[in-house]
Amino acid sequence: MKYWRQPLDRDEIQVIRGQVEVIKDRCKGCGFCIAYCSRGLLVMSRKFNRKGYHYPEAAQPELCVNCHFCEVICPEFAIFSSQADAAGQQPPVGE
Amino acid sequence: MTTALAAAPPRHPHDDLLRTERIPHIWCSGCGIGIVFGSLMAAITKSGLARQDVAVVSGIGCTGRMAGYIRLDSFHTTHGRAIPFATGLKLARPQGKVIVASGDGDLLAIGGNHFIHAARRNMDLTVICVNNFNYGMTGGQLAPSTPFGAKTTTTPQGNPDEPFNFCALAAACGASYVARWTALHIRRLTNTILEAINHKGFSFVEIVAPCPTAFGRRNKIRGALDLLKFYYDRSVVKNHLAPGEATIDFDHNLVVGKFVEFDRPTFLDHYQMVNRGEVEAWPATGVDASAAGQRKAG
Repeated sequence: MKYWRQPLDRDEIQVIRGQVEVIKDRCKGCGFCIAYCSRGLLVMSRKFNRKGYHYPEAAQPELCVNCHFCEVICPEFAIFSSQADAAGQQPPVGE
Repeated sequence: MTTALAAAPPRHPHDDLLRTERIPHIWCSGCGIGIVFGSLMAAITKSGLARQDVAVVSGIGCTGRMAGYIRLDSFHTTHGRAIPFATGLKLARPQGKVIVASGDGDLLAIGGNHFIHAARRNMDLTVICVNNFNYGMTGGQLAPSTPFGAKTTTTPQGNPDEPFNFCALAAACGASYVARWTALHIRRLTNTILEAINHKGFSFVEIVAPCPTAFGRRNKIRGALDLLKFYYDRSVVKNHLAPGEATIDFDHNLVVGKFVEFDRPTFLDHYQMVNRGEVEAWPATGVDASAAGQRKAG
């Protein structure tokens, strides 16, 4: 998201950082999480899991904001996010 | 790091409620039932109820497998008989919550009469109906929810019947909580299921869910993602609309929302009243014996 100016409180706002975890062998490759990831950080892996499906992986894991949408949309209970240990990051605006 | 992960796979937040030894489940890739099942587990977790106070009952069909995957007291009944079993369970243990999770064919085709009478009596159940517009497990046959003109295995030229409007049916039969969402309204669906669990009386939640393998494939919407988007894009949220007007119109007006919510005494309330002798004689105005026969017929 790009703004025409820097928000005045940009230094104060901290965005939560999340971490995506994929349980590869449960995945059936429907692609819901990839299509609906709010930050677009997931891509379909070129590798196969034990059942022969491609599974998602985080191409840019640092973008995750722990919104849990991949977790609720996954029909296989194969992906979830948790809060990362690292301190929050600043919102990526005006860049 | 990678070796540690391989040794112990990460635990999903729902793993406490899942019979993980049976996962991966049998539902096809992109099936909407998994999303609804996740919402149901999230709602049960959010409700804070003790595990021994929740039971899940389901019938036959794809959705009927839910009872087998949840680590709670659960029962997989014969075809269409989920509501009678749940009724018995509720009456034997009224302090618990009984959730019936089943498909459109099980609940409203073969189990249709059980459904309307449970709604009439306002039995204190939470009924979650995953509507995928066909009988998915047996190969995609015609169901009472199949839209007019849609192709199924048994109607290759298109369905000549008008489908049921389940929400209107439930409301007309006396259900005291009626809502409908599509499988992509996940957060609202979770809140609705939580409300339905906490609601005292017959609560009915219908979920329009994609069935890419049996229904989508025969109707030229092949991808699971396309079907999920197809339903979501045509949905219009209209809360508190009269359920009779809440149509499932695939052109532009697939009405979703919470349609009915009110309180009325449940079957158990009335039954206890009768047993305590607290019900007035019927009819309430009394019968005047001297006036009988005086009014001329016609």
